[in-house]
Amino acid sequence: MKHRMTWLGTVGAITAVGVLVLSGCSTASDTPSTDAAGELTPITLQLQWVAQAQFAGYYAAVDQGFYEDEGLDVTIVEGGPDIVPQDVLAAGDVDYAISWVPKVLGSIEQGANITNVAQIFERSATTQISFKDKGIETAADLAGQNVGSWGFGNEWELFAGMQQADVALDDISLIQQAFDMNAFLSGDIDAAQAMTYNEYAQVLETVNPDTGELFQPDELNVIDWNDEGTAMLQDAIWANADQLESDEDYAANTVKFIKASIKGWIYAGTNPEEAAAIVTAAGSSLGQSHQLWMTNEVSKLIFPSTNGVGLIDDAAWANTVDIALNTKNETGATIITTEPPATAYSNEYVQQALDELTNDGVDVNGADWTPTEVALNEGGN
Amino acid sequence: MPTQTEQIARPRRSVRGAAELRVRRAGMPQRLSGGLFGLAGLAVLALVWELYKSFGPADGVILGGVTVLPRTTDLAMPHLFVMAERLFEPVTGAASASPLWLAVLQGSLFTLGIAAVGWLVGVTVGLALALLMQRFRLAESAILPWIILSQTVPLIAIAPLVRRWGAQIQFGEFTWESWMSVALIASYLAFFPVSIGALRGLGSPDANHVDLMHCYAVGWWKTLWRLRLPASVSYLLPALRLAAVSAVVGSVVAEVSIGLRGGIGRLIVEYAGAAGGDPGKPWAPIFGSILVGLVAAGFVGLISLFLRRFRRGEAA
Repeated sequence: MKHRMTWLGTVGAITAVGVLVLSGCSTASDTPSTDAAGELTPITLQLQWVAQAQFAGYYAAVDQGFYEDEGLDVTIVEGGPDIVPQDVLAAGDVDYAISWVPKVLGSIEQGANITNVAQIFERSATTQISFKDKGIETAADLAGQNVGSWGFGNEWELFAGMQQADVALDDISLIQQAFDMNAFLSGDIDAAQAMTYNEYAQVLETVNPDTGELFQPDELNVIDWNDEGTAMLQDAIWANADQLESDEDYAANTVKFIKASIKGWIYAGTNPEEAAAIVTAAGSSLGQSHQLWMTNEVSKLIFPSTNGVGLIDDAAWANTVDIALNTKNETGATIITTEPPATAYSNEYVQQALDELTNDGVDVNGADWTPTEVALNEGGN
Repeated sequence: MPTQTEQIARPRRSVRGAAELRVRRAGMPQRLSGGLFGLAGLAVLALVWELYKSFGPADGVILGGVTVLPRTTDLAMPHLFVMAERLFEPVTGAASASPLWLAVLQGSLFTLGIAAVGWLVGVTVGLALALLMQRFRLAESAILPWIILSQTVPLIAIAPLVRRWGAQIQFGEFTWESWMSVALIASYLAFFPVSIGALRGLGSPDANHVDLMHCYAVGWWKTLWRLRLPASVSYLLPALRLAAVSAVVGSVVAEVSIGLRGGIGRLIVEYAGAAGGDPGKPWAPIFGSILVGLVAAGFVGLISLFLRRFRRGEAA
């Protein structure tokens, strides 16, 4: 409890003003040392959005002391609508960042020298949802429809899926989607972009005016890009490539950071209720059932894991790069024009972390993991 | 028989007396009626909202393919009582959740604090620039175009960049924190009307008044204190009010942009997702930002009370 309070106090005070204030003396005095290692190494992690269960594993690892066990004092820096995590990382303001692979590939081509050191989400959570009566079951059915997208790098799986199904961008009318699902619910958008862990749930938390009850999954068609074959790799841990090369301590800390993060995700996968509560305590104002739904859905993107949580699958990486090279947006541009450099991803650190965890007897694949059933309430509350 | 002078003087005195009386009598009731009109305006607005919601077409008013009036569904336009009721329910279903109005009030105070810092910095910088430009003609021709140009830089749009530049500032015990970036953006919007308003105000005294000061062989500083500053009040007050509102808008937008925790902007981002299932919720932070704007404008109104004797009808 004391540990928890210390953490809450520290993170609360720090994130309240947004940026970390870490001086050697404060870390030494605030934090009860748990092992002989003595002083903890301050580490900052930039998220790509505000605190929510999408990042449950990292919050759980802080709360459960997994980072501390590795000698790390991790501070989580929240993102925001205009915060670009890979830019913050490349500028040297944080030690690690969470971001989607396609978004970062563009930044790498622009000169950001950063490396994907752990592909936490194995599967993509992006879908295109529509009401059953529209009859939109595959990407080919999108032709002639009002198709919603958030843009800003969230549109590529959709465009790739359409390109694969020979639906040109001129065949649809592309609609800019907002943070809420009102345009979809009121019929302005036929097929809306939805993350399984967030917007899809927002629809299921809304009362269907025709039935007087919440919308049900069987009233919706979902185009899942994992099934269509145009899924791209999403949340990954990114590290500074130059520093990995030149700084031995940083490289060693990267292994420790990944190891503790995987433990955090395993905790969140097996204790969704507790993990959701941890995220809420860390300052997320999402409703209780929505938070739990998100925790559960995010775990589905990780577990069961094919090769161990975080290991980057070469084929999946190649597929993401291929889509990034060959999918054109409405202006005819692609995410990248040349193959990314070899430093763009590395399994060196995550492999070491997985080996250490396996030696400790941790099941890093979660082959037997089963999701829980989450009942959503109106408004997600 | 009153003398001629008395005859002239008497009506004069009585006229002045009546005017004074009118002013004194008008003090309270005028402010009261002003408040009443304000409330009436709110009531009319609420009535229009509900009337349009009841009688407007469900799909909104569409002219030539362009929606000119919104839909009247519960999603697009929740009933006012839905919004009000929502304020008194907890933020989430969690046992520890506080009521929504409390969360919004706390957010409003946080944003108000940042906006106040931004306003203070902006007013200080704006006044300093105005004084500089008033004192030196050269400074005016050198700085004024840049001041106007400054407002074409969409600083709000590059809020994350400002945060990142700030993050690199560190000397001694001082470290730049994200809220300071938000306050900086607020001050950037706030200084503009103050510098322009103050410059006009400081230059507003009649030439013969300035010449009189010259005749008295009074220096620039004393002229400033005795003549220019009092004369600038009626220009300054609207500028200060504009600055206060700009500071609030700048704070909220910058908070949204960088996702700064604690303020109204963050609540707007976080509650937006609930728009479908919980239509009343996203409106709560909007009421919060209105509240912050009103308090900020009210505070400037308070300043104008203290400066009442310098006011000779406000110039825009």
